[in-house]
Amino acid sequence: MNPIYLFFHKTGSPPWFYRFAGKLIPWLWAGFVVLTAIGLYLGLLRAPPDYQQGESVRIMYLHVPAAWLSMMIYGMMAVTGFIALVWRIRIMEVLTISSAPVGAAFTIIALVTGSLWGRPTWGTYWVWDARLTSELVLLFLYIGVIALYNAYDEPRKAARAAALMAIVGAVNLPIIHYSVMWWNTLHQGSSIGTSGSSIHPSMLWPLVFMAFAFKFYYGANLLSRARLKLLAQDHRKRWVQELLSGKEK
Amino acid sequence: MSQPALSTAFLALLRRDFLLAYRRRAELLQPLVFLLVVVTLFPLGVGPSPQLLAKIAPGVIWIAALLATVLSLDSLFRSDYEDGTLEQMVLSGQPLALIALARIVAHWLVAGLPIILLSPLLALWMNLPDAGVPVLIKSLAIGTPVLSLIGAIGGALTVSLKRGGQLLSLLVFPLYVPLLILATSAVSAAVSGLPYNGQLGLILAGMIAALTLAPFATAAALKLSLS
Repeated sequence: MNPIYLFFHKTGSPPWFYRFAGKLIPWLWAGFVVLTAIGLYLGLLRAPPDYQQGESVRIMYLHVPAAWLSMMIYGMMAVTGFIALVWRIRIMEVLTISSAPVGAAFTIIALVTGSLWGRPTWGTYWVWDARLTSELVLLFLYIGVIALYNAYDEPRKAARAAALMAIVGAVNLPIIHYSVMWWNTLHQGSSIGTSGSSIHPSMLWPLVFMAFAFKFYYGANLLSRARLKLLAQDHRKRWVQELLSGKEK
Repeated sequence: MSQPALSTAFLALLRRDFLLAYRRRAELLQPLVFLLVVVTLFPLGVGPSPQLLAKIAPGVIWIAALLATVLSLDSLFRSDYEDGTLEQMVLSGQPLALIALARIVAHWLVAGLPIILLSPLLALWMNLPDAGVPVLIKSLAIGTPVLSLIGAIGGALTVSLKRGGQLLSLLVFPLYVPLLILATSAVSAAVSGLPYNGQLGLILAGMIAALTLAPFATAAALKLSLS
Protein backbone atom coordinates (compact mmCIF):
# COMPACT_ATOMS: atom_id res chain seq x y z
CA MET A 1 0.00 0.00 0.00
CA ASN A 2 1.12 3.52 -0.73
CA PRO A 3 2.85 4.76 2.47
CA ILE A 4 0.81 7.97 2.48
CA TYR A 5 -2.48 6.08 2.32
CA LEU A 6 -1.19 3.76 4.98
CA PHE A 7 -0.38 6.71 7.22
CA PHE A 8 -3.89 8.11 6.76
CA HIS A 9 -5.48 4.77 7.50
CA LYS A 10 -3.42 4.40 10.62
CA THR A 11 -4.08 7.92 11.90
CA GLY A 12 -7.75 7.30 11.26
CA SER A 13 -7.74 4.46 13.76
CA PRO A 14 -8.31 5.66 17.35
CA PRO A 15 -6.11 3.05 19.13
CA TRP A 16 -3.20 3.75 16.77
CA PHE A 17 -3.63 7.49 17.14
CA TYR A 18 -3.88 7.15 20.91
CA ARG A 19 -0.58 5.32 21.13
CA PHE A 20 1.15 7.49 18.54
CA ALA A 21 0.05 10.72 20.27
CA GLY A 22 1.09 9.27 23.62
CA LYS A 23 4.60 8.73 22.31
CA LEU A 24 4.76 12.18 20.72
CA ILE A 25 3.48 14.22 23.68
CA PRO A 26 6.58 13.96 25.96
CA TRP A 27 8.78 15.18 23.08
CA LEU A 28 6.48 18.10 22.44
CA TRP A 29 6.53 19.05 26.11
CA ALA A 30 10.33 18.76 26.11
CA GLY A 31 10.53 21.01 23.06
CA PHE A 32 8.24 23.50 24.71
CA VAL A 33 10.27 23.63 27.93
CA VAL A 34 13.64 23.96 26.20
CA LEU A 35 12.49 26.59 23.70
CA THR A 36 10.64 28.59 26.38
CA ALA A 37 13.72 28.55 28.60
CA ILE A 38 15.93 29.84 25.76
CA GLY A 39 13.27 32.30 24.57
CA LEU A 40 12.61 33.74 28.02
CA TYR A 41 16.33 33.94 28.82
CA LEU A 42 17.04 35.81 25.60
CA GLY A 43 13.90 37.92 25.80
CA LEU A 44 13.90 38.89 29.45
CA LEU A 45 17.63 39.02 30.23
CA ARG A 46 19.63 39.43 27.04
CA ALA A 47 17.50 41.52 24.70
CA PRO A 48 17.93 45.28 25.11
CA PRO A 49 15.02 47.46 26.26
CA ASP A 50 13.38 49.35 23.43
CA TYR A 51 14.55 52.95 22.99
CA GLN A 52 10.95 54.17 22.98
CA GLN A 53 8.95 51.52 24.82
CA GLY A 54 11.55 50.72 27.49
CA GLU A 55 11.25 47.49 29.40
CA SER A 56 7.57 47.05 28.53
CA VAL A 57 8.61 45.85 25.08
CA ARG A 58 9.38 42.49 26.70
CA ILE A 59 5.65 41.77 26.89
CA MET A 60 5.91 41.38 23.13
CA TYR A 61 7.75 38.08 23.55
CA LEU A 62 4.52 36.63 24.89
CA HIS A 63 2.04 38.80 23.03
CA VAL A 64 3.19 38.37 19.44
CA PRO A 65 3.60 34.56 19.53
CA ALA A 66 0.20 34.23 21.24
CA ALA A 67 -1.47 36.42 18.62
CA TRP A 68 0.16 34.49 15.77
CA LEU A 69 -0.83 31.19 17.28
CA SER A 70 -4.42 32.29 17.95
CA MET A 71 -4.87 32.87 14.23
CA MET A 72 -2.93 29.78 13.20
CA ILE A 73 -5.06 27.55 15.42
CA TYR A 74 -8.24 28.88 13.86
CA GLY A 75 -6.80 28.05 10.45
CA MET A 76 -5.87 24.58 11.72
CA MET A 77 -9.42 24.09 12.96
CA ALA A 78 -10.76 24.96 9.54
CA VAL A 79 -8.34 22.55 7.84
CA THR A 80 -8.98 19.62 10.20
CA GLY A 81 -12.68 20.50 10.17
CA PHE A 82 -12.74 20.36 6.39
CA ILE A 83 -11.04 16.96 6.39
CA ALA A 84 -13.48 15.80 9.08
CA LEU A 85 -16.51 16.88 7.05
CA VAL A 86 -15.33 15.60 3.69
CA TRP A 87 -13.73 12.28 4.63
CA ARG A 88 -15.57 11.75 7.91
CA ILE A 89 -12.41 10.92 9.82
CA ARG A 90 -13.27 10.85 13.49
CA ILE A 91 -9.76 11.76 14.66
CA MET A 92 -10.06 14.99 12.68
CA GLU A 93 -13.38 15.81 14.33
CA VAL A 94 -11.73 15.30 17.70
CA LEU A 95 -8.72 17.40 16.71
CA THR A 96 -10.95 20.21 15.45
CA ILE A 97 -12.90 20.50 18.65
CA SER A 98 -9.82 19.98 20.83
CA SER A 99 -8.12 22.92 19.12
CA ALA A 100 -10.87 25.38 20.01
CA PRO A 101 -10.21 25.86 23.77
CA VAL A 102 -6.44 26.15 23.18
CA GLY A 103 -7.02 28.73 20.47
CA ALA A 104 -9.44 30.67 22.65
CA ALA A 105 -6.90 30.63 25.49
CA PHE A 106 -4.17 32.05 23.26
CA THR A 107 -6.57 34.70 21.99
CA ILE A 108 -7.25 35.74 25.57
CA ILE A 109 -3.50 35.76 26.33
CA ALA A 110 -2.91 37.96 23.28
CA LEU A 111 -5.70 40.34 24.34
CA VAL A 112 -4.59 40.56 27.98
CA THR A 113 -0.87 40.98 27.26
CA GLY A 114 -1.74 43.48 24.54
CA SER A 115 -3.81 45.55 26.90
CA LEU A 116 -1.12 45.42 29.62
CA TRP A 117 1.39 46.61 27.04
CA GLY A 118 -0.99 49.26 25.76
CA ARG A 119 -1.33 50.90 29.18
CA PRO A 120 2.27 52.22 29.41
CA THR A 121 2.71 52.63 25.66
CA TRP A 122 -0.56 54.06 24.40
CA GLY A 123 -1.74 55.28 27.81
CA THR A 124 -4.86 53.13 27.85
CA TYR A 125 -5.78 49.52 28.41
CA TRP A 126 -8.18 49.34 25.52
CA VAL A 127 -8.63 51.18 22.26
CA TRP A 128 -10.82 50.16 19.36
CA ASP A 129 -7.81 49.59 17.25
CA ALA A 130 -8.06 47.32 14.22
CA ARG A 131 -5.99 44.41 15.43
CA LEU A 132 -7.38 44.47 18.94
CA THR A 133 -10.87 44.47 17.53
CA SER A 134 -10.24 41.66 15.09
CA GLU A 135 -8.60 39.64 17.86
CA LEU A 136 -11.71 40.22 19.98
CA VAL A 137 -13.95 39.12 17.10
CA LEU A 138 -11.73 36.06 16.75
CA LEU A 139 -12.38 35.29 20.42
CA PHE A 140 -16.13 35.51 19.79
CA LEU A 141 -15.75 33.14 16.84
CA TYR A 142 -13.90 30.66 19.06
CA ILE A 143 -16.58 30.96 21.75
CA GLY A 144 -19.25 30.41 19.10
CA VAL A 145 -17.58 27.18 17.94
CA ILE A 146 -17.20 25.93 21.52
CA ALA A 147 -20.77 26.88 22.43
CA LEU A 148 -22.13 25.15 19.34
CA TYR A 149 -20.20 22.01 20.23
CA ASN A 150 -21.54 22.05 23.77
CA ALA A 151 -25.12 22.62 22.65
CA TYR A 152 -25.37 19.26 20.87
CA ASP A 153 -25.81 16.08 22.88
CA GLU A 154 -24.32 13.71 20.35
CA PRO A 155 -20.53 14.25 20.28
CA ARG A 156 -19.92 13.35 16.63
CA LYS A 157 -22.75 15.53 15.36
CA ALA A 158 -21.56 18.29 17.67
CA ALA A 159 -18.03 18.06 16.31
CA ARG A 160 -19.24 18.18 12.71
CA ALA A 161 -21.40 21.23 13.42
CA ALA A 162 -18.46 22.92 15.12
CA ALA A 163 -16.24 22.02 12.16
CA LEU A 164 -18.68 23.59 9.72
CA MET A 165 -18.86 26.73 11.86
CA ALA A 166 -15.05 26.85 11.99
CA ILE A 167 -14.89 26.72 8.19
CA VAL A 168 -17.51 29.46 7.80
CA GLY A 169 -15.59 31.56 10.32
CA ALA A 170 -12.29 30.94 8.56
CA VAL A 171 -13.74 32.15 5.25
CA ASN A 172 -14.91 35.29 7.00
CA LEU A 173 -11.82 35.88 9.11
CA PRO A 174 -9.71 37.59 6.41
CA ILE A 175 -12.70 39.74 5.45
CA ILE A 176 -13.24 40.70 9.08
CA HIS A 177 -9.53 41.39 9.48
CA TYR A 178 -9.25 43.70 6.48
CA SER A 179 -12.55 45.48 7.05
CA VAL A 180 -11.59 46.23 10.64
CA MET A 181 -8.11 47.27 9.56
CA TRP A 182 -9.57 49.70 7.11
CA TRP A 183 -12.08 50.92 9.71
CA ASN A 184 -9.54 52.10 12.23
CA THR A 185 -5.92 51.47 12.91
CA LEU A 186 -3.50 52.67 15.51
CA HIS A 187 -1.47 49.49 15.75
CA GLN A 188 2.06 49.49 14.50
CA GLY A 189 2.45 47.70 11.21
CA SER A 190 3.75 44.17 11.04
CA SER A 191 7.46 44.09 11.77
CA ILE A 192 7.93 40.63 10.34
CA GLY A 193 6.72 39.77 6.89
CA THR A 194 7.57 37.44 4.07
CA SER A 195 10.09 39.92 2.71
CA GLY A 196 12.14 40.07 5.89
CA SER A 197 12.10 41.64 9.28
CA SER A 198 12.57 45.17 10.57
CA ILE A 199 13.52 43.97 14.05
CA HIS A 200 17.09 43.83 15.29
CA PRO A 201 18.30 40.21 15.65
CA SER A 202 18.74 40.59 19.44
CA MET A 203 14.98 41.11 19.70
CA LEU A 204 13.99 38.86 16.81
CA TRP A 205 15.56 35.66 18.13
CA PRO A 206 13.71 35.52 21.45
CA LEU A 207 10.51 36.13 19.49
CA VAL A 208 11.27 33.25 17.13
CA PHE A 209 12.10 30.92 20.02
CA MET A 210 8.92 31.85 21.87
CA ALA A 211 6.82 31.45 18.72
CA PHE A 212 8.09 27.89 18.27
CA ALA A 213 7.79 27.17 21.99
CA PHE A 214 4.11 28.14 21.87
CA LYS A 215 3.55 25.90 18.87
CA PHE A 216 5.06 22.97 20.73
CA TYR A 217 2.77 23.76 23.65
CA TYR A 218 -0.21 23.79 21.30
CA GLY A 219 0.80 20.44 19.86
CA ALA A 220 1.23 18.84 23.27
CA ASN A 221 -1.98 20.29 24.67
CA LEU A 222 -3.97 19.44 21.54
CA LEU A 223 -2.86 15.83 21.48
CA SER A 224 -3.50 15.38 25.21
CA ARG A 225 -7.01 16.76 24.80
CA ALA A 226 -7.65 14.63 21.73
CA ARG A 227 -6.51 11.51 23.60
CA LEU A 228 -8.86 12.23 26.48
CA LYS A 229 -11.78 12.91 24.14
CA LEU A 230 -11.13 9.65 22.31
CA LEU A 231 -11.06 7.72 25.58
CA ALA A 232 -14.33 9.33 26.65
CA GLN A 233 -16.02 8.67 23.29
CA ASP A 234 -14.82 5.08 23.06
CA HIS A 235 -15.12 4.16 26.71
CA ARG A 236 -17.24 1.13 25.86
CA LYS A 237 -15.03 -0.12 23.05
CA ARG A 238 -12.65 -3.00 23.44
CA TRP A 239 -9.39 -1.14 22.91
CA VAL A 240 -10.19 1.21 25.78
CA GLN A 241 -11.27 -1.65 28.02
CA GLU A 242 -8.02 -3.46 27.25
CA LEU A 243 -6.07 -0.28 27.83
CA LEU A 244 -7.69 0.37 31.17
CA SER A 245 -7.57 -3.19 32.39
CA GLY A 246 -4.10 -4.09 31.46
CA LYS A 247 -0.60 -3.76 30.41
CA GLU A 248 -0.86 -1.92 27.13
CA LYS A 249 0.42 1.60 27.25
CA MET B 1 -38.95 9.00 -11.65
CA SER B 2 -38.82 12.30 -13.47
CA GLN B 3 -37.86 15.30 -11.43
CA PRO B 4 -39.55 18.66 -11.87
CA ALA B 5 -37.23 21.31 -13.30
CA LEU B 6 -35.14 23.30 -10.85
CA SER B 7 -37.00 26.53 -11.56
CA THR B 8 -40.37 24.82 -10.99
CA ALA B 9 -39.21 23.50 -7.64
CA PHE B 10 -37.72 26.85 -6.70
CA LEU B 11 -40.89 28.77 -7.52
CA ALA B 12 -43.12 26.21 -5.81
CA LEU B 13 -41.07 26.55 -2.63
CA LEU B 14 -41.16 30.31 -2.86
CA ARG B 15 -44.94 30.29 -3.33
CA ARG B 16 -45.36 27.97 -0.37
CA ASP B 17 -43.16 30.16 1.85
CA PHE B 18 -45.15 33.26 0.92
CA LEU B 19 -48.41 31.55 1.67
CA LEU B 20 -47.10 30.45 5.05
CA ALA B 21 -45.78 33.93 5.73
CA TYR B 22 -49.10 35.49 4.76
CA ARG B 23 -50.96 33.22 7.15
CA ARG B 24 -48.59 34.16 9.96
CA ARG B 25 -48.67 37.90 9.36
CA ALA B 26 -48.62 38.83 13.03
CA GLU B 27 -45.48 36.81 13.64
CA LEU B 28 -43.71 38.58 10.79
CA LEU B 29 -44.55 41.98 12.17
CA GLN B 30 -42.76 41.30 15.45
CA PRO B 31 -39.19 41.83 14.18
CA LEU B 32 -40.28 45.04 12.45
CA VAL B 33 -41.92 46.42 15.56
CA PHE B 34 -38.79 45.35 17.41
CA LEU B 35 -36.73 47.36 14.91
CA LEU B 36 -38.83 50.47 15.53
CA VAL B 37 -38.66 50.04 19.30
CA VAL B 38 -34.87 49.59 19.34
CA VAL B 39 -34.34 52.72 17.26
CA THR B 40 -36.74 54.63 19.55
CA LEU B 41 -34.68 53.63 22.58
CA PHE B 42 -31.56 55.42 21.31
CA PRO B 43 -32.82 59.02 21.48
CA LEU B 44 -34.24 58.17 24.91
CA GLY B 45 -30.91 56.71 26.02
CA VAL B 46 -28.39 59.17 24.61
CA GLY B 47 -30.53 62.32 24.60
CA PRO B 48 -32.48 63.98 21.81
CA SER B 49 -29.70 66.30 20.60
CA PRO B 50 -30.14 66.40 16.78
CA GLN B 51 -26.39 66.65 16.08
CA LEU B 52 -25.60 63.63 18.23
CA LEU B 53 -28.44 61.59 16.72
CA ALA B 54 -27.33 62.49 13.20
CA LYS B 55 -23.81 61.36 14.02
CA ILE B 56 -24.82 57.95 15.37
CA ALA B 57 -27.78 57.42 12.99
CA PRO B 58 -26.10 55.07 10.45
CA GLY B 59 -24.75 52.82 13.17
CA VAL B 60 -27.98 52.75 15.17
CA ILE B 61 -30.17 51.94 12.17
CA TRP B 62 -27.81 49.24 10.93
CA ILE B 63 -27.41 47.63 14.35
CA ALA B 64 -31.19 47.65 14.78
CA ALA B 65 -31.48 45.96 11.38
CA LEU B 66 -28.97 43.29 12.45
CA LEU B 67 -30.88 42.63 15.67
CA ALA B 68 -34.25 42.46 13.91
CA THR B 69 -32.86 40.05 11.30
CA VAL B 70 -31.36 37.73 13.88
CA LEU B 71 -34.67 37.75 15.73
CA SER B 72 -36.46 36.50 12.65
CA LEU B 73 -33.74 33.99 11.71
CA ASP B 74 -34.52 31.56 14.50
CA SER B 75 -37.82 30.65 12.87
CA LEU B 76 -36.24 30.33 9.41
CA PHE B 77 -36.08 26.51 9.41
CA ARG B 78 -37.59 25.69 12.79
CA SER B 79 -41.22 24.96 11.95
CA ASP B 80 -40.19 23.01 8.85
CA TYR B 81 -37.81 21.03 11.02
CA GLU B 82 -40.35 20.34 13.72
CA ASP B 83 -43.18 19.12 11.47
CA GLY B 84 -40.89 17.02 9.28
CA THR B 85 -41.21 19.14 6.13
CA LEU B 86 -37.48 19.65 6.05
CA GLU B 87 -36.83 15.90 5.92
CA GLN B 88 -39.24 15.57 3.01
CA MET B 89 -37.45 18.41 1.22
CA VAL B 90 -34.11 16.63 1.66
CA LEU B 91 -35.67 13.41 0.38
CA SER B 92 -37.31 15.15 -2.58
CA GLY B 93 -34.17 14.72 -4.67
CA GLN B 94 -33.90 18.39 -5.47
CA PRO B 95 -30.52 19.94 -4.60
CA LEU B 96 -30.65 21.01 -0.99
CA ALA B 97 -28.70 24.20 -1.74
CA LEU B 98 -31.53 25.26 -4.07
CA ILE B 99 -34.12 24.56 -1.40
CA ALA B 100 -32.06 26.56 1.08
CA LEU B 101 -31.74 29.41 -1.42
CA ALA B 102 -35.52 29.52 -1.95
CA ARG B 103 -36.01 29.70 1.80
CA ILE B 104 -33.41 32.47 2.08
CA VAL B 105 -34.98 34.49 -0.74
CA ALA B 106 -38.38 34.17 0.91
CA HIS B 107 -36.89 35.22 4.24
CA TRP B 108 -35.30 38.28 2.69
CA LEU B 109 -38.54 39.28 0.99
CA VAL B 110 -40.58 39.11 4.19
CA ALA B 111 -37.92 40.19 6.71
CA GLY B 112 -35.27 42.18 4.81
CA LEU B 113 -37.33 44.14 2.35
CA PRO B 114 -39.62 45.68 5.02
CA ILE B 115 -36.52 46.99 6.82
CA ILE B 116 -35.52 48.81 3.63
CA LEU B 117 -39.05 50.21 3.29
CA LEU B 118 -39.00 51.39 6.90
CA SER B 119 -35.53 52.92 6.69
CA PRO B 120 -36.62 56.41 5.50
CA LEU B 121 -38.80 56.66 8.61
CA LEU B 122 -35.91 55.53 10.80
CA ALA B 123 -33.61 58.04 9.10
CA LEU B 124 -36.15 60.76 9.84
CA TRP B 125 -36.38 59.77 13.51
CA MET B 126 -32.61 59.67 13.86
CA ASN B 127 -32.24 63.01 12.10
CA LEU B 128 -29.98 61.55 9.41
CA PRO B 129 -29.04 64.34 6.97
CA ASP B 130 -30.73 64.10 3.58
CA ALA B 131 -27.50 63.30 1.78
CA GLY B 132 -27.24 60.08 3.76
CA VAL B 133 -30.75 58.74 3.16
CA PRO B 134 -30.36 57.39 -0.41
CA VAL B 135 -27.07 55.74 0.54
CA LEU B 136 -28.65 54.23 3.66
CA ILE B 137 -31.37 52.73 1.47
CA LYS B 138 -28.83 51.49 -1.06
CA SER B 139 -26.62 49.97 1.63
CA LEU B 140 -29.63 48.21 3.17
CA ALA B 141 -30.79 47.05 -0.26
CA ILE B 142 -27.53 45.24 -0.96
CA GLY B 143 -26.67 44.50 2.68
CA THR B 144 -29.83 42.85 4.01
CA PRO B 145 -29.53 39.90 1.56
CA VAL B 146 -26.11 39.26 3.14
CA LEU B 147 -27.78 39.22 6.55
CA SER B 148 -30.28 36.60 5.37
CA LEU B 149 -27.65 34.53 3.56
CA ILE B 150 -25.10 34.35 6.37
CA GLY B 151 -27.82 34.09 8.97
CA ALA B 152 -29.30 31.05 7.24
CA ILE B 153 -26.07 29.13 7.94
CA GLY B 154 -26.46 29.89 11.64
CA GLY B 155 -30.16 29.10 11.53
CA ALA B 156 -29.49 25.73 9.89
CA LEU B 157 -26.75 24.87 12.38
CA THR B 158 -28.95 25.58 15.40
CA VAL B 159 -32.29 24.30 14.09
CA SER B 160 -32.16 20.98 15.93
CA LEU B 161 -31.23 22.59 19.25
CA LYS B 162 -33.86 23.43 21.83
CA ARG B 163 -32.45 26.80 22.75
CA GLY B 164 -30.96 27.68 19.42
CA GLY B 165 -31.94 31.35 19.37
CA GLN B 166 -29.32 32.67 21.77
CA LEU B 167 -26.60 30.58 20.23
CA LEU B 168 -27.61 31.77 16.79
CA SER B 169 -26.89 35.39 17.68
CA LEU B 170 -23.49 34.42 19.11
CA LEU B 171 -22.66 32.58 15.90
CA VAL B 172 -23.72 35.16 13.34
CA PHE B 173 -22.95 38.56 14.90
CA PRO B 174 -19.16 38.20 14.52
CA LEU B 175 -19.73 37.31 10.87
CA TYR B 176 -21.74 40.50 10.36
CA VAL B 177 -18.86 42.75 11.47
CA PRO B 178 -17.47 43.57 7.99
CA LEU B 179 -20.93 44.37 6.65
CA LEU B 180 -21.69 46.70 9.56
CA ILE B 181 -18.38 48.51 9.14
CA LEU B 182 -18.73 48.96 5.39
CA ALA B 183 -22.39 49.97 5.44
CA THR B 184 -22.12 52.53 8.23
CA SER B 185 -18.97 54.00 6.75
CA ALA B 186 -20.68 54.37 3.36
CA VAL B 187 -23.56 56.30 4.94
CA SER B 188 -21.24 58.46 7.05
CA ALA B 189 -19.10 59.19 3.99
CA ALA B 190 -22.18 60.27 2.04
CA VAL B 191 -23.23 62.57 4.88
CA SER B 192 -19.79 64.23 4.88
CA GLY B 193 -19.88 64.56 1.10
CA LEU B 194 -17.16 62.00 0.49
CA PRO B 195 -17.23 59.27 -2.16
CA TYR B 196 -18.97 56.11 -0.94
CA ASN B 197 -19.02 53.88 -4.02
CA GLY B 198 -16.03 51.88 -2.81
CA GLN B 199 -17.83 50.71 0.33
CA LEU B 200 -21.02 49.91 -1.58
CA GLY B 201 -18.98 48.03 -4.16
CA LEU B 202 -17.38 45.93 -1.45
CA ILE B 203 -20.77 45.14 0.08
CA LEU B 204 -22.01 44.12 -3.34
CA ALA B 205 -18.98 41.88 -3.80
CA GLY B 206 -19.69 40.38 -0.38
CA MET B 207 -23.30 39.81 -1.35
CA ILE B 208 -22.31 37.96 -4.52
CA ALA B 209 -19.79 35.86 -2.60
CA ALA B 210 -22.40 35.07 0.07
CA LEU B 211 -24.99 34.30 -2.60
CA THR B 212 -22.72 31.72 -4.21
CA LEU B 213 -21.32 30.13 -1.04
CA ALA B 214 -23.93 30.47 1.72
CA PRO B 215 -26.62 28.19 0.16
CA PHE B 216 -24.11 25.33 0.06
CA ALA B 217 -22.97 25.91 3.63
CA THR B 218 -26.62 26.11 4.69
CA ALA B 219 -27.38 22.86 2.87
CA ALA B 220 -24.44 21.14 4.59
CA ALA B 221 -25.64 22.45 7.96
CA LEU B 222 -29.21 21.28 7.30
CA LYS B 223 -28.00 17.80 6.38
CA LEU B 224 -25.96 17.74 9.55
CA SER B 225 -28.92 18.84 11.67
CA LEU B 226 -31.09 16.11 10.20
CA SER B 227 -28.52 13.33 10.55
